Amino acid sequence: MNKEILLKQGGIWAFILVELIFFTVAGNFLSTSDKSFMDFDNMLLLLKQSAPIGIIALGMTIVMINGNIDLSVGATFALSAIVLLDSMTWPFMKEMGDWSIPLAWAFALATGTVLGAINGLIVWKTGVDAFIVTLGSMLGFRGLVFMYNGEQPTSHLNWTLVDFAEAQFLGLHTATWFLLGAALLLWLLMTKTVHGRNAYAIGNNREAAVNAGIRVGPHFLINFMLIGFLASLSAVVFYSESGSVNPNDGMLYELWAITAVVLGGTKLTGGYGSIVSTLGGVIAIQLLRKGLGHIGADTETVNLVIGLILIAVLFLDKQLNRKGKEELKV
Amino acid sequence: MNTDIPALRLEGIVKTFPGVRALDGVSFTVQPGEVHALMGENGAGKSTLMKVLGGIYQPDEGQIFIAEEATVMTSPLHAKARGVVFIHQELSLADELSVAENIFLGELPRKSFGRVDWDKLFNDTNAILTTLNVGFDAQTRVGDLSIANQQMVEIARALTVDPRAVIFDEPTASLTDAEKVVLFDVIADLKSRGVGIIYISHRMEEIFKITDRISVLRDGQYRGTVKTSETDEDKVTQLMIGRSLDLSRSVSEHEVGKVALEVRGLSCGNLYNDVNFTVRRGEVVGFYGLVGAGRTEIAETIFGLRTPSTGTILLDGEEVRINSPIDAIRRGISLVPEDRKGQGLVLGMNCRDNMTLPQVDDMTAGPFVSDGAEVAIFDQYRDKLDIRTPGWRQLVGNLSGGNQQKIVIGKWLSMHPNVLIVDEPTRGIDVGSKSEIHNLIRDLAAQGYAVIVISSEMPEVLHVADRIIAMYHGRIMREFTAEEVTEDSLIQAISGIESDKVA
Repeated sequence: MNKEILLKQGGIWAFILVELIFFTVAGNFLSTSDKSFMDFDNMLLLLKQSAPIGIIALGMTIVMINGNIDLSVGATFALSAIVLLDSMTWPFMKEMGDWSIPLAWAFALATGTVLGAINGLIVWKTGVDAFIVTLGSMLGFRGLVFMYNGEQPTSHLNWTLVDFAEAQFLGLHTATWFLLGAALLLWLLMTKTVHGRNAYAIGNNREAAVNAGIRVGPHFLINFMLIGFLASLSAVVFYSESGSVNPNDGMLYELWAITAVVLGGTKLTGGYGSIVSTLGGVIAIQLLRKGLGHIGADTETVNLVIGLILIAVLFLDKQLNRKGKEELKV
Repeated sequence: MNTDIPALRLEGIVKTFPGVRALDGVSFTVQPGEVHALMGENGAGKSTLMKVLGGIYQPDEGQIFIAEEATVMTSPLHAKARGVVFIHQELSLADELSVAENIFLGELPRKSFGRVDWDKLFNDTNAILTTLNVGFDAQTRVGDLSIANQQMVEIARALTVDPRAVIFDEPTASLTDAEKVVLFDVIADLKSRGVGIIYISHRMEEIFKITDRISVLRDGQYRGTVKTSETDEDKVTQLMIGRSLDLSRSVSEHEVGKVALEVRGLSCGNLYNDVNFTVRRGEVVGFYGLVGAGRTEIAETIFGLRTPSTGTILLDGEEVRINSPIDAIRRGISLVPEDRKGQGLVLGMNCRDNMTLPQVDDMTAGPFVSDGAEVAIFDQYRDKLDIRTPGWRQLVGNLSGGNQQKIVIGKWLSMHPNVLIVDEPTRGIDVGSKSEIHNLIRDLAAQGYAVIVISSEMPEVLHVADRIIAMYHGRIMREFTAEEVTEDSLIQAISGIESDKVA
């Protein structure tokens, strides 16, 4: 039993280890810079850069464990970013000085949560598949983004905010702290609380969950609100520093998040998955990007390689799991 | 076909998995035109043996002979090409496709440019269906067929080759008694064509009705082959489990209490009509009838999964409205559903979490679920129900059917229900566990629970119920007490023959 868990959940960390070794060795021969890949600052930066997709991927994990999916997170991310930056330019907010910052954050986070609630309510009340519902809301929310400011970027730079976002506490960047904090809270939620337990049960066998008297809809709603909240949290963390959002920002984020989640071993069909493994999946992808860049590959090559590796890893996972199952049946 | 040459012969098959010797020198022979039962408790190695036969596993030692020709099986498709065909317990059909497409799946007759030759397809299919004497045709959508007829499609699929041996794995698990008769006719027909048949089943009465010889496996070892006509149930049971079973009815000695559940004039669309009955504390009421008679639908209504069109449900004499399983559970009604894996258990979760699923809300310490409280509940019901599992961390999907069923029952007992409804309590459960589940149900009644048992197996209702309600086409035909019921009268009642005409 323990061996089984180790095999399933340890895989992604073993993969990360392989990546680290490969890029360190390959970097010695191929890298144009004389800095080593495993440089400590480089690794800290890697964690920070993982944060935006990572925070969304954590939310995607709980939605997918629940047996749903959310394709609208990229658009939610962009819309929350616009609310964050634009709200600080509103006259009454300007008068508040730096006190407008927490309020702007609250506006942004509320935006994501409300958008998530819309998804959740539709899935709950109509019974339409989450894939379809959020495909629709992805287009709809992106439409809202363009209605806000047309093709123009929305910009507002607040230096207090930038300082906060760039700060390092105990060596880790603000964004990293948000990523790790969110991961810890969600891990507790999914492994220790009734909501988490029921979410797994619903994802694994919805009918049995209903027969056990579990109300499926409210759990869906909570998880969609959480992923909406996390998508806006991701925007808050990222745009506090950058200060400018393009209407196309966040596109394909939903797919990157799903990639990380799946790489971490969470099942597309629901009922199985782990927050910690998703964190591993996020880091593994970021390592690949950075590592391939380190040995001189361009962006196009990076995407090609990540795509191939995703398929290869899942194929390997399937082979390993099948083998495990045969032995268990005896 | 020459009857001297065995259709299929296994010799000294050994298959080991890490830590387990799943098959330990299994040999037996199936003659053409013979129905050969393969029996054994769950875990005795029947499934492994079938997988070896189908080429899913390769044996470590031993050989398979088809018509005395040594054969290495590489896949079920390969086995089929060699004339060995499997009819599985779980059907694998494409619901949206026609009967014909399912039967010739992967081998559709073609015309030029890869077009399907529909005329040939439907004609060939209808030719096979005619020999099976079924009431549907080649163009019927499979999803519209009953389970029994879907099984006929599987059998028809087997007949597209000229089979030497057909293996039936628990073919009657989801069939009613009437449907079984049709299946047995088909098996008799195959037999007369000189096909060797391996018949895997837990059901003694079937085995003794249709088989010629019985081979028994226990713990992966071959325990011998006996002629069906020269043995009896006790002897076979002893071979299977090494002890004999008492299957006689245990008469309840306890007092029957107040009425716990009463149903008055309950109807639900065209599923069932004007249903009236009561269940007292300390009593087991059996619902017997054909599949589709409305038994499960009544249970689902009482459990809040269906809304009745008319009628009332009374609990302890008080009229109640039950709109959802949540209402039902709150009022102390529990349902052990007929499809254990699909409706009763979360297979990917461990034993403990499955057992505490309906009440985990009430087991929190602060924001978190209390591990200790959960383990305490699990331990209590593991001991009480004698659930055999290495520990609570074991995934429920890895347990045997009998232990899985006990987890579902334990789940509800731990909620202290007033009314316990058990739908097909022993479907797909081996002989040993079956009587355990039956005794458990009797015990629960003795402890004062009001129990409803829905079953398609006559011996089961006869064995376990104090009163039996016979249903036919959504109506209650007759109610019997355990003392007055006879097999004949019960069969007549569920076949729609009015009781006054019987007498």
